Amino acid sequence: MRRLKTAAGLALTAVMLFPVYWMVNVSFTRDQDMRKSPPYWFPVHGTLDGYRAVLEQQGPYLATSLVVGLGTVALTLVIAAPAAYSLAKLRPRGGGVLSFVLLIAQMIPGIIMAMGFYAIFLTTGVLNTVPGLIVADSTLAVPFAVLILTTFMSGIPEELLQAARVDGAGVMRTFVSIVLPVSRNSVITVSLFAFLWAWSDFVFASTLDQGGAHQPITLGIYHYIGNNNQEWNAIMATAVVASIPATVLLIVAQRYVAAGVTAGAVKD
Amino acid sequence: MSMSRATRTPARTRSGQWAAWAFLAPVVLYLLIFYAYPLYRNVELSLRNYTVRSFVQGDAPFAGFANYAKVFADATFAPALWHTIVFTVVSLAFQFTIGLALAVFFSRNFRLSATLRALFLVPWLLPLIVSASTWSWMLNSESGVVNAALSWVGAGPVNWLTSPDWSLWSVIIANIWIGIPFNLVVLYSGLQAIPSAVYEAAALDGAGPWQRFWRVTFPLLRPVSAITLLLGLVYTLKVFDIIWIMTKGGPSDASTTLATWSYRLGFGNLLPSFGPGAAVGNLLIVMALVFGLVYIRVQRRQAAA
Repeated sequence: MRRLKTAAGLALTAVMLFPVYWMVNVSFTRDQDMRKSPPYWFPVHGTLDGYRAVLEQQGPYLATSLVVGLGTVALTLVIAAPAAYSLAKLRPRGGGVLSFVLLIAQMIPGIIMAMGFYAIFLTTGVLNTVPGLIVADSTLAVPFAVLILTTFMSGIPEELLQAARVDGAGVMRTFVSIVLPVSRNSVITVSLFAFLWAWSDFVFASTLDQGGAHQPITLGIYHYIGNNNQEWNAIMATAVVASIPATVLLIVAQRYVAAGVTAGAVKD
Repeated sequence: MSMSRATRTPARTRSGQWAAWAFLAPVVLYLLIFYAYPLYRNVELSLRNYTVRSFVQGDAPFAGFANYAKVFADATFAPALWHTIVFTVVSLAFQFTIGLALAVFFSRNFRLSATLRALFLVPWLLPLIVSASTWSWMLNSESGVVNAALSWVGAGPVNWLTSPDWSLWSVIIANIWIGIPFNLVVLYSGLQAIPSAVYEAAALDGAGPWQRFWRVTFPLLRPVSAITLLLGLVYTLKVFDIIWIMTKGGPSDASTTLATWSYRLGFGNLLPSFGPGAAVGNLLIVMALVFGLVYIRVQRRQAAA
């Protein structure tokens, strides 16, 4: 019975992940086999042409995405961590209202933020720049980050902070040398998601960086498709490369990922 | 968000309040500059008659609700609203049902169950442009693997992305695929919270697996289900990437939703109409906020219970 369940589980997973397999399969398919009917179900005449195209053409896009991702993580943490500490432990008057505002902020569709940002960026000259894109992408992560970190920091035992206070540590000192190190896991979770969201962002990239000198990988793929490009092996190879951060994240930080998905949805 | 306040936290003092708000200052400024101001600009866009030139010069004439009137009178409005509703309701129904079935399937541990469950997260983690372009190629009329599989079982080819009858369903299929992991993970953790003693008692009373599901699991999972669906609703209303990348809302508006319409008005043409685009966007915000507030209410009630 249990073995049967494992078999069923494998079958279900195979069905679910078929599109991912197909992406990889197409990325290795030769141009002349691309429109073959029926298609090869395995890359029988496998080619690396697609990946060669990625190396030649997509390097700058990938580098930009890396910079944007890391910048978004940094900005998100700088804004969110102190706020979470305050909401969790310093009992600010009006903190409840602020949490409520953050919950609401999380629900605003990105396309609407994009339009407002476009108007602002155009007049301030930040349009089509990497810092502008970092700021816009951080709005995807900041409310989530504050809420997650607050939940976690609320669980830090009061005794720990009191001991620090007795030893003469001020609020700032307590935050830097006690709260932050103890919150390592939730800081990692937040950073992973901030990076992933910035890396995957298409809405802000396509509206605020369409004419930029440095464009992220999501636009790299989009240009590929948009140019009526028929080299689907190159498109899919780029897609495979663009999926690497998500894959790495799932392998090295699986429990953080699951925690991040359920956070906010499930009462803990 | 439940915030347990230990009774032993220090009392609110004036200097304590200063410190507390000093730590909050960055996020407050951030929210004002990067949330409130863009949203304000968006409302302003929708109330004025902007062109690219007046955008730069900032002298767009005030138009009142003319942009909204234009949007409501537009031939695209009714279909876009209808597509948004169909897209959201059908996506949610399937994501939730499949997610719940999978959560129940995975709830009893078996060999490899944790690994397989982790693999199910992949669609949710992939960049949307990756998923959308993969589905585009799979659903390609001539060379797509889906039509190849259909011809294998003797069915004729379907013009998934190029036929007005099918394009909405194509983007819904892709969106269901992307949303299953979220439903699975959240419902799975909801299932884990149900004590096994409840099932044992039901089994002792002679309840079969089917009865156990409908009489025990389903009712006890109601709170988590409500949260999952409401959150899913807010997320699905704003889906834009998948549709835009796969069909651009076409052919001839057959898969246009409010989100893609707003984008097309503002950014999709050489001559952008920011005003109507922003107006559509603001309608979408109102919809998202209504359900968002319901979600927060339900969640608070549950946290208090």
